[in-house]
Amino acid sequence: MLRVFPFFLQAAWVTIQLSVLSCAMGLVCGALGAAARLSRSPALRFTGATYVSVIRGTPALIQVFILYFGGPQIGIQLEAFEAGVLALGFNIGAYMTETMRGAIISVDRGQNEAARTLGLSRFETFRSVILPQALRLMIRPLGVNINALIKGTALVAAISVVELTYTAQRYIGSTYKPFEMFFLAGSIYMVIIYVTGLGVSWLDRRVALK
Amino acid sequence: MGLDFSVVPAFAGVLLTGALWTIAITLSAAVLSFFGGIVFAVIALYAPLVIRYPFRLFAWLFMGTPLLLQLFLIYFGLIQIGIDLPAFVAGVIGLGLHFAVYNSDIIQSGILAVDKGQYEGARTLGLSRIQTLRKVVVPQAVRSVVPPIGNNMIALLKDSALVSVIGVAELTLSSQMAISRTFRPFEFYVAAAACYYVINLGLEAGLRRIERRIQLAR
Amino acid sequence: MSDRPIIDIRHAAKSYGSLEVLKDISLQVQTGQIVAIIGPSGSGKSTLLRAINDLDPLSSGEVWLDDIQVNKALPTRQYETHINSVRQNIGMVFQHFNLFPHLSVRDNITLAPKMLKGISKAEADQLAVEQLNKVGLLDRIDYYPSQLSGGQKQRVAIARALAMKPKVMLFDEATSALDPELVEEVNLVMKQLAEEHMTMIIVTHEMGFAQDVCDRVLFMDQGVVVEEGPPDVIFRNPANERTKNFLRKHLKGQH
Repeated sequence: MLRVFPFFLQAAWVTIQLSVLSCAMGLVCGALGAAARLSRSPALRFTGATYVSVIRGTPALIQVFILYFGGPQIGIQLEAFEAGVLALGFNIGAYMTETMRGAIISVDRGQNEAARTLGLSRFETFRSVILPQALRLMIRPLGVNINALIKGTALVAAISVVELTYTAQRYIGSTYKPFEMFFLAGSIYMVIIYVTGLGVSWLDRRVALK
Repeated sequence: MGLDFSVVPAFAGVLLTGALWTIAITLSAAVLSFFGGIVFAVIALYAPLVIRYPFRLFAWLFMGTPLLLQLFLIYFGLIQIGIDLPAFVAGVIGLGLHFAVYNSDIIQSGILAVDKGQYEGARTLGLSRIQTLRKVVVPQAVRSVVPPIGNNMIALLKDSALVSVIGVAELTLSSQMAISRTFRPFEFYVAAAACYYVINLGLEAGLRRIERRIQLAR
Repeated sequence: MSDRPIIDIRHAAKSYGSLEVLKDISLQVQTGQIVAIIGPSGSGKSTLLRAINDLDPLSSGEVWLDDIQVNKALPTRQYETHINSVRQNIGMVFQHFNLFPHLSVRDNITLAPKMLKGISKAEADQLAVEQLNKVGLLDRIDYYPSQLSGGQKQRVAIARALAMKPKVMLFDEATSALDPELVEEVNLVMKQLAEEHMTMIIVTHEMGFAQDVCDRVLFMDQGVVVEEGPPDVIFRNPANERTKNFLRKHLKGQH
């Protein structure tokens, strides 16, 4: 157990990097997706809806495979880690699109009316009235998305990124101590998820309404 | 190397077989996860402490770790201690247990959400604990748990792709077999994605029908 | 000069599908006038009020504020600019207050002036102090909406609207959502505005208030103005049978 521990720590660091980078990308995709889905342009709304439907309607593993193995055919040559980050980020972005959109449309309609009545433009209303309230509503559900994302990073083991699950698999299959190896990797995941959860709660408390 | 989807139809049979296996594994795991979820919920709520606490630890571990890791444990791990499960069985057990834990969570809150007055009403009529559960609580809880369990089933369908990694010849692995013959990953993974999308549409339609029937039964 | 109405509604009509909520309504309001619109729910009175700042656009007809047509037909982009500048002149108070919960009382009041009139922070603070003084809530300047009672919220909402220095104030059932004991403080603020000759159009269920404060009362039913006149006539001696019925039911309900 002690012998393998350093390898697990190294792998955990890769898992953390995967999580952070794909989360950042997911937030960007989510924001763009939500903006598209709430846009006044039918073409943008259709694009946003298609993004959400296709990504959520197909397995993340297949999406990773299309990008990593299929990418070279359309001129996209990526390292496994890069492909993993992009595919995972693009995937969670579709879920985050729905989270963000849900938060924005659940801000009371009267808020929009009041701001527009004062003479604020659509954009000004969104920026200074709707968005600050929507941000508060979306932190917890985004936390749920991020929790799923952290566990979801495991599937890039299938394209041989040496992260936590890949490493665990190697030792589960070779050490005759499968349960110990599982618990070791599992505990590291739990720690990462627990710490992330603390961060989300902290953020949620910080922006809570007075 | 450009794209050429005309290679796909030649492997339609392979993909179709894979799709059928995907449906088979999804349905089997769904059934396991449903009944497993009920059993787990009852354990988590009503079992004696010595069972309840270890169980909660197990549930916590299953919810906090990746499904793929759990599949590796069940498939590669159990061999180490002399249990050699066929890949399909390992896949069904892994998916089924994983989602049973999530379903159990939903079922627990469904049961707890049934008004306390309902228990008291039933118990004063002389119904036993089990009878109260079966005849009064469960029928009411079912309505609130069906939609979220349905969402889990949709997640299960997509997560079933992971069992390709332990060698179950479902849709994902079938497309890989076609790829190893043609060296056209983009085309076949997209074709597989399209199949998943269609199966997903069917599943969603089915779930909507079930939901509507339950709503009508009010 | 004083003959030109500040608000001029010409042949306003609105329908949702086959349902006509407003049927050819015309209404002129002079500067400094205080008009109450009463009527049963579903009579179209709120819809008419919300048409004045184009929150609920009309199907046909025109709304004029002074010499500007509010609901001018313009390409989307130009219309946006146009309506935003028009709305700065029309204050509105809602039944459910619609204060911004994430902003302090001060920021609720100064948000729009700061963004739209480009005033400095010091000027904005001065403005907030002035307006809060007017509604008697200066001591609540750094509170958040959730820390206020319903009556206080509505007074802040009035202060927020007044901070834009509007030419007209619209009140959409401003006291309907309040507990009975909180109604009076809001009524007092509105009375005070009336004494300052603010032009006001008030949709209300409170007959007593309409009678005390308003110059004119309109009774609406099923999308038309059934009867209008000075409060004494409408409340004491209505000509129309529907008005009589409504008032009889309503006064009975209230006492």
